[in-house]
Amino acid sequence: MTTKQTNIGSMQTGYGQRRKIANIVVYIVLAIMVVIWIFPILWLVFQSFNGKEGVSLNTFFPEVWTFDNYIKLFRQEGPMDASQPISDTNPLIVLPIERMTFPYGRWLLNTFIVAVFSCLISTLIILMVSYALSRLRFKSRKMLMNFGLILGMFPGFMSMAAIYNIMEIIGLGKQLFSLVIVYSSGAGLGYQIAKGFFDTIPRSLDEAAKIDGATRNQIFWIIILPLSKPIIVYTALTTFLGPWADYVFVSYFMKGDDEKFTVAMGLYEMLLPETMNEWFTVFCAGAVLIAVPITVLFTIMQRFYVAGVTGGAVKG
Amino acid sequence: MVSIAFFVIYIANTKSAFATMETIKEGKRPLSFVDEMKTFLDERYHITLLTLPILLLMVFNILPIIFTVFMAFTNYDKDHNAFNRLYWWVGFQNFADVFYNNAEKSYTFGKVLLWTLVWAVFATFSNYILGIVLALLINKKDIKAKGFWRTMFVITSAVPQFVTLLVMRLLLDDKGIVNAILHTNIPFLSQTGWARVSVIVVNMWIGIPYTMLSVSGILMNIPEDLYESARIDGANAVQQFTKITLPYISFVMTPYLISTFVGNINNFNVIYFLTQGKPGAVDYHSGAGTTDLLVTWLYTLTVSEADYKLASVIGIIVFVLCATGSLITFNMSKATKNEEEFS
Repeated sequence: MTTKQTNIGSMQTGYGQRRKIANIVVYIVLAIMVVIWIFPILWLVFQSFNGKEGVSLNTFFPEVWTFDNYIKLFRQEGPMDASQPISDTNPLIVLPIERMTFPYGRWLLNTFIVAVFSCLISTLIILMVSYALSRLRFKSRKMLMNFGLILGMFPGFMSMAAIYNIMEIIGLGKQLFSLVIVYSSGAGLGYQIAKGFFDTIPRSLDEAAKIDGATRNQIFWIIILPLSKPIIVYTALTTFLGPWADYVFVSYFMKGDDEKFTVAMGLYEMLLPETMNEWFTVFCAGAVLIAVPITVLFTIMQRFYVAGVTGGAVKG
Repeated sequence: MVSIAFFVIYIANTKSAFATMETIKEGKRPLSFVDEMKTFLDERYHITLLTLPILLLMVFNILPIIFTVFMAFTNYDKDHNAFNRLYWWVGFQNFADVFYNNAEKSYTFGKVLLWTLVWAVFATFSNYILGIVLALLINKKDIKAKGFWRTMFVITSAVPQFVTLLVMRLLLDDKGIVNAILHTNIPFLSQTGWARVSVIVVNMWIGIPYTMLSVSGILMNIPEDLYESARIDGANAVQQFTKITLPYISFVMTPYLISTFVGNINNFNVIYFLTQGKPGAVDYHSGAGTTDLLVTWLYTLTVSEADYKLASVIGIIVFVLCATGSLITFNMSKATKNEEEFS
């Protein structure tokens, strides 16, 4: 900035000065915005180390620093085991709200399992469907695409109750696997971005391979997929993060069964009015714990994310 | 299920036998079973690829949607449920209730629909405009440490939404830290007017980094020689902006804009985690609050009210809204029309 100004010379110092002021204004605006954006995140992090129970209103920094909240998160599995026999011997006894426990470690594991399986199945489905719709030509192709478009416009959880009934019928009620199915069964509809990407890979590559005797199956695995790394990463990332953040289906499917919660549902329960005061700082610790790996992942993958978003946007 | 599978195989068998007959008639050697199977990796590869996804969609998407649409024409709710077989067809009764027949329901529906549309307009355009402004600020030529600024904003959007939204709810609480800092007593989330403004503002907090990120990508893609030739032709900064940058962004972002609009009609997270649709209103029908969108109302109706018939009517209406919006997107984005152009 300053070097440029000297280059411009004395004739244009007025213009240079104005530009300097404009830049300072931009810096100030950006700084203020960053503070606004970072403030809630920092507050969350600091509160997770707060030794005082309850929602602290007046202090940004905790008065007592502690690591206990993080320990408490994982210690909570104990009381749950202790209370198990009550419901085992007499299934009619329903645990009252006060007996509710927060087995965070269990939730973390649940979320991880659901996310990994949904990610694998969804990514595979999306890539298969995208390739088929982008490269293969068959009679019902246009019809399928239009149909998929219409299907995608129904609100995601409109048919939640019906899906749950189906899960119960096939014996998957209150099973983690039912969540995997819910998250990955609709994956076939999310083909647009990956298809947009496949469309941009020159078709001459396919044709050259075909002349060399490759089947369409081989073209898919040997030619198209290795060229599509950004979109594979993007798809895997979005399908992995989906289950981490989903609350809607878990809250309906796993209602009242706190061993089967995922973190989103569990952390939400921590902030219910009856548990909020005691569990608030623990909630912060739990939130930080799941936010950190995702943030790191997301920042590393940012490159691919931008490529995915804009690549998809250009192609509609 | 099994019988359907059997039927499909039977049809396929007959078809293939017929085709074999034809080839023999033509005097060629018929395909062996192995060759036949090989066609599934080549000429008929689409069947291999699409069978599983379509099957999953059929069972877990289409079937439930059909059931749910049927529910809209029954009186299925917590008083009439499957356990005692007490529900029956009521025709368009539920739709009539929502639109004009039942004063309370139609009043609530009208209000919620209106707020949904107002919300979608404000949420979409505030994010869009301010996101572009932020991207332009960061990508301004003389600004240093672009990567740092971008990362600061991206970090916030990387934290799962339900976490940031729950934190926001605590911050904006009547006795929350924002009120404590400002020494005020503003009912950010507990009074209709304030709550509606708050959800829009918080949505900006959530959404602007996303817009910024995609606009940054677009800005970097604008060919530099466009600007260069413009400078040679004597265009000043303002002209460069209005004649090159803005048209470029809006061209690429228009489909994105409309899909965001549809997304905002369906924006469950922001509303539910911040206010759960509250504050409630005495003249509203069961479960609805004044910040409820159609989808959050749908959720409440399904989960806590067990009023499945009304929920499914609302779902169908949301579908119609989104379908209209998406139709516009589809027709406006040329990309979908000339999909073959790239190849």
